[in-house]
Amino acid sequence: MNNRTFYNEVLTDHNRYPGHKEKLADANLVLEGVNPSCGDDIVLQLRVKDGRIAEGTFTGDGCAISQASVDIMLDLVIGKTKEEAMHLADLFFRMIKGTVSDEELEELEEASALVDISHMPARVKCAVLGWHTLTEMLGDEPEEK
Amino acid sequence: MTDYKKDFPLLAESDIAYLDNAATEQRPACVLDAEREFYERWNANPLRGLYELGVEATEQYEHARERVARFVHAKSEREIIFTRNTTEGINLVAYSYALPRLKPGDEILVTIMEHHSNLLPWQMAARRTGATLKYLECEPDGSFTEEKICDAVTPHTKLAALTLVSNVLGRATPAEKLIGMVHENGGVVLADAAQAAPHMPIDVTALDVDFLAFSGHKLMAPMGIGVLYGKQELLEEMPPFLTGGEMIDRVMREGAVFAELPHKFEAGTVNAGGAVALAAAIDYLESIGWKEITEREEMLTAQLLAGMKKVPGVHILGSGDEKEHCGIVSFTVDDVHPHDIASILDEAHVAVRAGHHCAQPLLEWLGISSCARASVAFYNTPEDVGRFLDQLAQVRRMMGYE
Repeated sequence: MNNRTFYNEVLTDHNRYPGHKEKLADANLVLEGVNPSCGDDIVLQLRVKDGRIAEGTFTGDGCAISQASVDIMLDLVIGKTKEEAMHLADLFFRMIKGTVSDEELEELEEASALVDISHMPARVKCAVLGWHTLTEMLGDEPEEK
Repeated sequence: MTDYKKDFPLLAESDIAYLDNAATEQRPACVLDAEREFYERWNANPLRGLYELGVEATEQYEHARERVARFVHAKSEREIIFTRNTTEGINLVAYSYALPRLKPGDEILVTIMEHHSNLLPWQMAARRTGATLKYLECEPDGSFTEEKICDAVTPHTKLAALTLVSNVLGRATPAEKLIGMVHENGGVVLADAAQAAPHMPIDVTALDVDFLAFSGHKLMAPMGIGVLYGKQELLEEMPPFLTGGEMIDRVMREGAVFAELPHKFEAGTVNAGGAVALAAAIDYLESIGWKEITEREEMLTAQLLAGMKKVPGVHILGSGDEKEHCGIVSFTVDDVHPHDIASILDEAHVAVRAGHHCAQPLLEWLGISSCARASVAFYNTPEDVGRFLDQLAQVRRMMGYE
């Protein structure tokens, strides 16, 4: 029997004590991400200034994996340029597919705590919900206000 | 206690505590052998062979139909239509019975606890005919009050569709009462027996139900074979659901004369191997007997309920009585999303279902967005339930609570 748990401390801590779960009053980019099959539902809120993610928060609810993953993501991308954030997203997606090098995994810092999700195909969509929402927001090249 | 797991190759060779039986049951070797035997000994396209093997294939298929007719106590095997599953049976009735008959002002009655497969076809029928879709609501424990039933059934109720057992709460519905009232008002009733058929005897004649659908895979038969029972006089009057091969008597350039019941509703090459295996599953089920099945399932359910009540933060949906669960126990855990519950149980090789269970209107009515569900079959053991309870007790701690 497998006694190892996927739910490591990094994941449970971010789920229980998220650092970025609040409304962002002066957000200039807001997008809802939903997994209809399991009910994960987040609203990602960013303030992007001069091509850099100055602030970021999320609201909503869902399973621990979806909630922790988006909180960890915000830790990583706040302060980064759009390009840097898109690069991290690419690394995260490749980590899930199992095509990431050890050095690249280090770049993902705490997000690498989700590396074993590749063995749980049913939960992958939970882990990538925040990242997909982020790339959709940044990829559209919306005008900054 | 008899060890039934040895009859099931998957369970005999695995350490899984399989508690997702309400989604699909496991198959015993005798069922797998029956399907294999059909293809090894009698394989020919049934219903059209003009040679001996084709006749034998047809006989095998029709014997399976007679076996199903006896299983549900139908008056005639002509009332048994083989389908792919419950969903297809319900759609057949929605398209062939409801669409040509219903009109604005008519009412279709469903309960709030229907599986989406016994809801969406009626939403479709209501939309297309202008009939009104009405809901009969249950109490929080899954029971129905006489008052609400009386209010729900009116002279406009042309069709009522209700499940015999809720796939979330495991509770049996007051089908007899509802069928009687709908009949008094001149309507017909379709029963969704997907969850009932594996757990209790079905007697369509005593129940006086007009249509009844179930799936083979929930009672140990292969996936892709299901049954629709319909009263002969109703089926006779209905147009075919699907048209094409096997369901015709004669085809002219401008039209066709359809085959007689039941083949009128079985267009295309049929799943004869699946039907034969379904008959084998019914033989196996009845060789164990309802008494033994019910006793074991109630014992395991009682163990589940008693154990779960001791785990802090766990909330059981539905009745507190193991006799009102048909082996199905849905639950929530404080602060933990059902998908995380299922993943943590999976780490101990315990298989449960989590989500909305294709019954979103019911969960909304109960005030929850999703839940987890453990469901036992007679072949489960107290050890399976014990492993589930041990791991369930760890769930909140593993998620960083307590």
